Amino acid sequence: MDWLGPEEWQAVALSLRVSLWATLASLPLGIFTAYALARWRFPGHGLINGLVHLPLILPPVVTGYLLLLTFGTRGPVGSALQDIGIVLAFRWTGAALAAAVMAFPLMVRAIRLSIEAVDPRLEQAAATLGASRLWVFATVTLPMILPGIIAGAILAFAKAMGEFGATITFVSNIPGQTRTVPSAIYAFLQVPGGEDAAMRLVLVSVAVAMTALLLSEVIARKIAAWVSGT
Amino acid sequence: MGVRDMTLSVSLRHALPGFLLDAAFDAPPGITVLFGRSGSGKTTIANAVAGLLRPDRGRIVAADKVLMDSDRGLWVAPNRRRIGYVFQEGRLFPHLTVRQNLAYGRWFAPKGARIEDMAHVVDLLGIGHLLTRRPGALSGGEKQRVAIGRALLSAPRLIVADEPLAALDEARKAEILPYLERLRDEVEIPILYVSHSAAEVARLATTVVALENGRVIRQGAAAEVLSDPAVTPLGARSAGALLMARVVAHHDDGLTELDAGGCPLFLPRIPQPPGHSVRIRIAAHDVILSRVRLEGLSALNILPGTVRDIRAGDGPGAILSLDTAAGVVLARVTRRSVASLSLAPGTSCHAVIKTVAIAPEDVGAL
Repeated sequence: MDWLGPEEWQAVALSLRVSLWATLASLPLGIFTAYALARWRFPGHGLINGLVHLPLILPPVVTGYLLLLTFGTRGPVGSALQDIGIVLAFRWTGAALAAAVMAFPLMVRAIRLSIEAVDPRLEQAAATLGASRLWVFATVTLPMILPGIIAGAILAFAKAMGEFGATITFVSNIPGQTRTVPSAIYAFLQVPGGEDAAMRLVLVSVAVAMTALLLSEVIARKIAAWVSGT
Repeated sequence: MGVRDMTLSVSLRHALPGFLLDAAFDAPPGITVLFGRSGSGKTTIANAVAGLLRPDRGRIVAADKVLMDSDRGLWVAPNRRRIGYVFQEGRLFPHLTVRQNLAYGRWFAPKGARIEDMAHVVDLLGIGHLLTRRPGALSGGEKQRVAIGRALLSAPRLIVADEPLAALDEARKAEILPYLERLRDEVEIPILYVSHSAAEVARLATTVVALENGRVIRQGAAAEVLSDPAVTPLGARSAGALLMARVVAHHDDGLTELDAGGCPLFLPRIPQPPGHSVRIRIAAHDVILSRVRLEGLSALNILPGTVRDIRAGDGPGAILSLDTAAGVVLARVTRRSVASLSLAPGTSCHAVIKTVAIAPEDVGAL
């Protein structure tokens, strides 16, 4: 990979790390939220649904600024986290948080659709056979929504790879720390002679996105065939 | 403590929009059929027993275990009831193989529970060749057999079957009925069986609980309930009594000769060997009544008897019950015939039954 300069390579590696962590760390919460929204009726259902989808509609800069207000070193959550040694602002972890928040609605949507497609009568059948709610989820619901979970995760990963506005607002554009591929492309385009480096990163972005989509397609199809039992 | 009481005892009250279920019955071992039209409350009762529906009031006791008692605020969750439910649509887990489906319930069964042997159940239901397959690759009849096996292997106190044959065509039904008979005769677990098919009731039921508009109109031994002309939960068209008979011989001309209480009966060839007992459903509309013993008649079965009861319907028909040596026979004739033959309780007459009117699905193992 010597056609990428060290600075560019650093941005690609950082983007992959940020996106991977953003996706994996938010996945359990994403599954839980999707399940709650799909299956439970509770006061505040609409509010939670709205909050989850908010980053999809708000300008990314606004989301980033709200993150800074909340998770910045002087923010209510940020200062509490700082006391236990976790700093998000201007760190790659903050970039991962921003990416996770921006990708969350896409992830929840995909998983929720797959949960709504599960026949609740199968879950009833499992209950009559002695499975508690948690077991029903683990042995019936979860395997049947795996294609949806994978689709949601890949979608979230792709979204995280491309996240720019909220990231640059929340954690700025620090090389090696928060300069992801989109921020790097932006930075390269700001300096004379940076077009070549920017173009190389654009190609990397396209390649990563295409690979992710193809991979998700193949995996989802394999799992769907396995789940449907034919 | 004496012998463990396997009886299911149900008493329920549940209001739904435009419908009130208010039913109480006892289901002794064997197959108890909840018999009635769709909308009579059968499935509601089945779901309440399994815990899939929480009725307003009631008490349900299965094999000495209280599953629900609204007076004491007691309600056991479905996964703790150990009720093996066989659903109309099978509801096999599509992502598991047949073997994994069968093993599913056993995995959750409490330690020390008396569990049927997997090999025995597989053999009983004839599903050995399906074990490695997925439900998606099974026929409707095969799916239902696997579903029965899965329920059986979960060490249930009781099996609830909600119209397990309703989604199948006649050939598939005929394929499964013998397995259900074997289940009734070989497994000690009581079965609560929801049905609106008179043929299934006649073949399978040990006990019949007849339901109409959410109420129990009659309950008792199958032959007794089905021979009551007043109990026709599906209408007069499906009325029919049960006769118990013993196979005497198979004749070369394709007929099987039976003995029902000393009366000879001829049926199209049935599979049971001589010496075996069978139950035969005689549909009321297949019976002709005659005051005198007719000669030169093509029908082979003529049972002499006396009229026990007459129920005139709203239409032109009436249902009569006849005491014969073979048992009680129901006959559906016109009210005009009742008048012209001067039929009344106590009148002696002959019931004429065409041999070919008795279909294979009307004959079951006893």
